[in-house]
Amino acid sequence: MAPSRFITPRWIIRKTCWMLEWIRGLGRSGFDFFGKLGRSSLFLLKILAGIPALLSRPRLLIVQLFSVGVLSLPIIVVSGAFVGMVLALQGYNTLVDFGAEESLGVAVALSIVRELGPVVTGLLFAGRAGSALTAEIGLMKATEQLAGMEMMAVDPIHRVIVPRFLAGFISMPLLAVIFSAVGIYGGYFVGVGLLGVDEGSYWAQMQSKVDLYDDVYNGVIKSFVFGFVATWIAVFEGYDTVPTSEGVSRSTTRTVVYSAFAVLGLDFVLTALMFGD
Amino acid sequence: MKQNKTTELLVGMFIAAGVAALFVLAMKVSNLSSFSATSSYTLTARFDNIGGLKTRSPVMAGGVLVGRVSSIDYDNQRYEAVVVMEMDQAYDQFPDDTVASIYTAGLLGEQYVALDPGGSEELLEDGSQVEFTTPALVLEKLVGKFLLNSAEDDGL
Repeated sequence: MAPSRFITPRWIIRKTCWMLEWIRGLGRSGFDFFGKLGRSSLFLLKILAGIPALLSRPRLLIVQLFSVGVLSLPIIVVSGAFVGMVLALQGYNTLVDFGAEESLGVAVALSIVRELGPVVTGLLFAGRAGSALTAEIGLMKATEQLAGMEMMAVDPIHRVIVPRFLAGFISMPLLAVIFSAVGIYGGYFVGVGLLGVDEGSYWAQMQSKVDLYDDVYNGVIKSFVFGFVATWIAVFEGYDTVPTSEGVSRSTTRTVVYSAFAVLGLDFVLTALMFGD
Repeated sequence: MKQNKTTELLVGMFIAAGVAALFVLAMKVSNLSSFSATSSYTLTARFDNIGGLKTRSPVMAGGVLVGRVSSIDYDNQRYEAVVVMEMDQAYDQFPDDTVASIYTAGLLGEQYVALDPGGSEELLEDGSQVEFTTPALVLEKLVGKFLLNSAEDDGL
């Protein structure tokens, strides 16, 4: 079979064009990626520079704390309670085989305080508060409210973005800590109340194994990082959106997806740094 | 203005709830919490070795929870561990020749104090000391003893 039947000059030209097109696409997405990275970094610097100006107008922050933090509270509390209850149920079924069901408190507390508290709160926060922030800011851009502010010599970053960013950064650790506390009580309710683990053992083993600095504070540091990144992504995607209804919907989707990736990826990095050695 | 005040109130409550949750997490760890709302009396017992006993470990009599360990200390003069137990007031009929031993619940479980009542007419009172105690079993010592015995049996 002669290969010349397939590899004609025309075939080679077509394939080469296709390859070039593909490489060009790669280059374009690389440009897009780095352009976005640069824009978001500059945007973050502007936000950080705008924080001192916000302190003279705390009203703006309080309104955002309400919509970002307080309104996220129900889903956080309910999820925390159920995550704790499920952990207790699963942990009990495993530990009872070894006759070590007294260690249930440790298992529940360590998994919640170290991992699940910050991570699940981060994911829920991205879904509940981050998407709302992106949609709100994106719609402001699409309806030219941000441009209108600039016309009135009001900096939209100071007026709109900074309060939302700071509110997310403050709310997220508070929500994560509430999640952890509620989760541990959810585990207590199932473990001690329904499954009959000894109450004193539940708390005593937890107290002896959970360390305030190594476990609780590292979990809080994680939640600060997740809050920072998730809110940053949310406000940037909103501010950088294509100002159409389709653009806003895509930005909102991207916020949730990127935030979830960022939270899970950073969680691995932070865990390796904190508990790795 | 009414709306603003409600918002401020809710935000304040949110922040307070966050701080309170952190406080709860810290208290769980730092073990500052006192418990026991019901009335109680205390007993002390001295052990050569308490093994893995901890404060708030259970005190059992016949497998029933009758109290909790409230503090553990070490007596520098007599080289013994001093265990203070907070006993439920409902169970205050232990004779003064009760034996306190430290056992383990299950293979990997927590250690607890077991009280075996004797036959004396006199009862233990609030603040009194359990005279007869058995220390916790240390696995390494047991293994060592077992090896020694088997070596003797072999006539070595």
